[in-house]
Order: sequence, then structure tokens, then C-alpha cells
Amino acid sequence: MNAVVVEDLHKSYGEHEALRGISFEIREGEVFSLLGPNGAGKTTTIEILEGYRRRNGGRVSVLGADPAQAPRQWRGRIGVVLQSSAMYENLNVRESLALFGGYYKRPRPVDEVIVVVGLQEKADTLVRRLSGGQRRRLDFGLALVGDPELVFLDEPTTGFDPAARRSSWETIRSLRGLGKTILLTTHYLDEAEQLSDRVAVLREGRIVATGTPADLTRAPATEIRYRQNGEDVILRTEEPTRVLAELTARALEAGSELEGLEVRRRSLEEVYLELTE
Amino acid sequence: MKLFAHELRGELLLYTRSRELAFFTFLLPLILFVLLGSTYGNDRIGHDRGANFLEAGMLGYGLVSTAFAGLAIFMVIRRESGILKRVRATPLPASTYIAAVLAATLIAFAVSSVCMIAIGRLLFSVPLPSRWLSLVLALGLGAAAFAALGLGMTTVVRSAEGASATVNAVYLPMAFIAGSFFSPHSFPQFLRAIADVLPLTYFIRLMRDVLLHGHQLWDNWSDVGVLVAWGAIGVVVALWKFRWEPAEG
Repeated sequence: MNAVVVEDLHKSYGEHEALRGISFEIREGEVFSLLGPNGAGKTTTIEILEGYRRRNGGRVSVLGADPAQAPRQWRGRIGVVLQSSAMYENLNVRESLALFGGYYKRPRPVDEVIVVVGLQEKADTLVRRLSGGQRRRLDFGLALVGDPELVFLDEPTTGFDPAARRSSWETIRSLRGLGKTILLTTHYLDEAEQLSDRVAVLREGRIVATGTPADLTRAPATEIRYRQNGEDVILRTEEPTRVLAELTARALEAGSELEGLEVRRRSLEEVYLELTE
Repeated sequence: MKLFAHELRGELLLYTRSRELAFFTFLLPLILFVLLGSTYGNDRIGHDRGANFLEAGMLGYGLVSTAFAGLAIFMVIRRESGILKRVRATPLPASTYIAAVLAATLIAFAVSSVCMIAIGRLLFSVPLPSRWLSLVLALGLGAAAFAALGLGMTTVVRSAEGASATVNAVYLPMAFIAGSFFSPHSFPQFLRAIADVLPLTYFIRLMRDVLLHGHQLWDNWSDVGVLVAWGAIGVVVALWKFRWEPAEG
């Protein structure tokens, strides 16, 4: 079963085409990442799926419903973590969870949510006294308290220091451990790699690659460079041994040298940059 | 109904937790009543005693502080910080949320009015109102009209930082010109012309007629009509322009 199906999704803001026909599917229980630089269309996509924005074209199904026309009860089945973690500053952690939990038919017990997001020591602390990382964990808690089937996380760790990012990753893994389907947007390659089962790379409103993190970075990953007649030659291959043997054999036959020969693996970073630039 | 009660409890908790809200919208009108009442409570304004006259005006000031200014400011802050957007992501119906926010505001105003009348009685020997029904109806009508205008007001403020400044720039002069603090009779002609279109002027006139002159609400149809008309404008603007999401960019 697919939790989310997107087909040929289009969205324009005036003249600007933010989404130029993207398609993807998210299976139940998987963590799916939309990876891409700022302005690629990640937030537009996730906000269309959350029902905040209207699309201009294409088909969207989230938990079997069209988010543009979904009834209120449908909202009880999704959890949303927005980019800005806005909450009532003058409530404490427990009160915030109890208030939002009360909006749902079958909320998870507040104390259980506090444990899942690791805020036991801060349960009675006012929101305005929480650190950025702790706020984000409460944010996850608020998305989780209604016991949703599907959780949307829009750039959950942007602007975090490494320690806060790691602790957020732990929380996201524990959401996954609860069997939730998760859609995550991020512009951090390592985050997508660490957390997701599958990744779609967005660039200027188009999906330029989809697959498991391993698939994406496996693709012609070895680079062979040398100079011929004063010009740089770059070969990318998945069979470096064969290509090198042929190259060197030819050079030997001709009695020439492969000038500036270099063989190296491309880093994940390079693959990503190449896809998105 | 259960959802409404749940949200109302939450709103009341939020109300009592916010010191800014408690001070500016709730305590300040009471403090000003005490100060101004001590200053000219025993003077005569027209045929009325100063304190009696002032109490009616201060109920009007309490009204615009809680139902208009307080409501508009905290709703803009909630919208711009993204809290309204978060609430929209939950199954809580928008109508239930707004109803609970308005009910909490109404309760705050009711408590503030009771305090105002108690202070008038205890400190300045203002007689207790004799027309209770008309008083309650008039307070309720004023709360509804100004809450609608408060929600309408949120649509013209674009940022959380600007919320207090913009709202104060509207409601403080309005409170002065409408005669919350002094009798407007000595005001120059142009201020009285402005006062003639302000909804608060009509609410305070209604208060004075009910509290000081023993009128009933239904004796003052024209004042009621102006308040209803202003409230209707607020409702129309709020329905037409109210936003749940922060201003873009």
C-alpha cells in the first residue's frame, strides 16, 4: 500500500513555476526524503500534501484522500512538523501536549509521548525556556500526540548545531520505530542518507533522481582523468578496471603516456551537487 | 461541545499565563480607574458625579483593551509565529477554535467589568447599576462588536513586531476621543467630529445612559444600531481577509 501518491504535480506562484510536474510514491512505513537546495520546491510539495496549498495540476493522494478536499478527520491521521516551531510560549511541555492531544479522537498518552521525544526532564518546563533542540523535540511530540499514521517533517534540523541534529535524528528514528510513515524534507545530504529508506532529489521543481541513498551514490562513481593533446578527458564508469585496462593498453600500443592520470571515487557530496546544480 | 470546552480551558490557561495580556488589557484599565477616580471622582461633570461618569467611560476602556486591542495583538502574534498554522494542521475545526478564543476574551472582559464596578462601589461610592439586564446586554453587544473589529484589525497588521504599535495607535486615541477618561464636552469641534464616528463613543454613551440615567438598552436604538453596524463591518472584514498563515517573506 502507498501512503502517498503524487502524479505530475504542478504549482506556480504567478510567473514562477515552483513545481514542474513531479511524481513519486511513499510506501507505508517508510521514511522518504525530498532532498534539494533551497528554492527547489520541497516546502511547496510538502505543504500541498499537508493541505495548506492548492496545486495547479496533477493528482495527489495522501492516505487515500485528496488533501485539497480532505475532511477534518483526515487531519487526525497526519502529523505535521512545520519549518518554524511555533508554540505557546507560556505553556509547559506537558500542558502543550495535553492541549494539542485533546484535538484528536484517540491521542497517545502525554507521558508516553514525552518519553518518545526524550523530554522527561523538561516535562514541567515552560516552552520559552527550552533550547532550540528541545523545542524541536516538543515539536515532534506535538506532531505525534494524535497518533498519526503519516508524519511530515519540513527541514527538521535546519540551523541546528551537530549535537542537536543528532538528537533530532534519534527522535526521528524512534518515530519510525513506532511504524509511522515519514516524509522528510532536507537540504542536508547526510541527513537524508542517515534517516531515509528512499530519497527523491529535487532541483528547480523537478525530480532529478529517485532511489535508496545507496542507489543514488552508486551511480557511475569512479572518475578517471587524464590529458590528451593538451585537453582534459574525464571518464565516469562503473567498471574502472576494464576501462583502465583498455586505456593503458591503447597508450602502450601507441607508445604514449597518459598524462596526469588520476583515478578516484566521487564523493556523495559531489554526486548531490552535480544533481542539484 | 467537548472540543469547545477543552479549547476554552486551554485559552483561559493561556490568558492567565500571559503577563503582558493580563497587565495591559486587564489591570491597566482598573489602575487607571483608581488613579483618575482619585483625581476627579468627587468633581461634577454636568449633572453627574465624576466617579459615576468615569466608571461608564472606564468600562468602555476595559472593553477596547480586552476585546479589541488584546485580542487583535495576540491573534496577530499567534498568526505570525505560526501557531494558527499549526492549529490548522489538527482536526480542531476553525470555528471551534475561534469560538473558544472569543469566549475566553468575553470571560476576561466580564471579570474586568465586575472588578470595575466593584472598585467603583468600594473606593468611590458609585451606586451599583439598577438596570442589570440592559447592562449585561450592552456589555455583551459591545464585546461582540469590538471582538469582531479586533479580528478585522488583525488583517491589516502584517508583522508580530508591528502588532502592539499599530493596535495601540488605533485604540488609545479612540479611547481618549470617545471620552473614556474625561468628558468629551470640552473637546474642540474637530475631535468631536471624529468622536461622532467612533464605535466606542456610542458604547460609552450607552453605558452612561444605562448606568447614570437608568435607561434601558432598548431606549437607545440609535447607539445600538451604530455598534451593530461597526460590528458587522468587523465581521465582514474578518471573514473576507482573515489569514491563518504568516505573511509571506
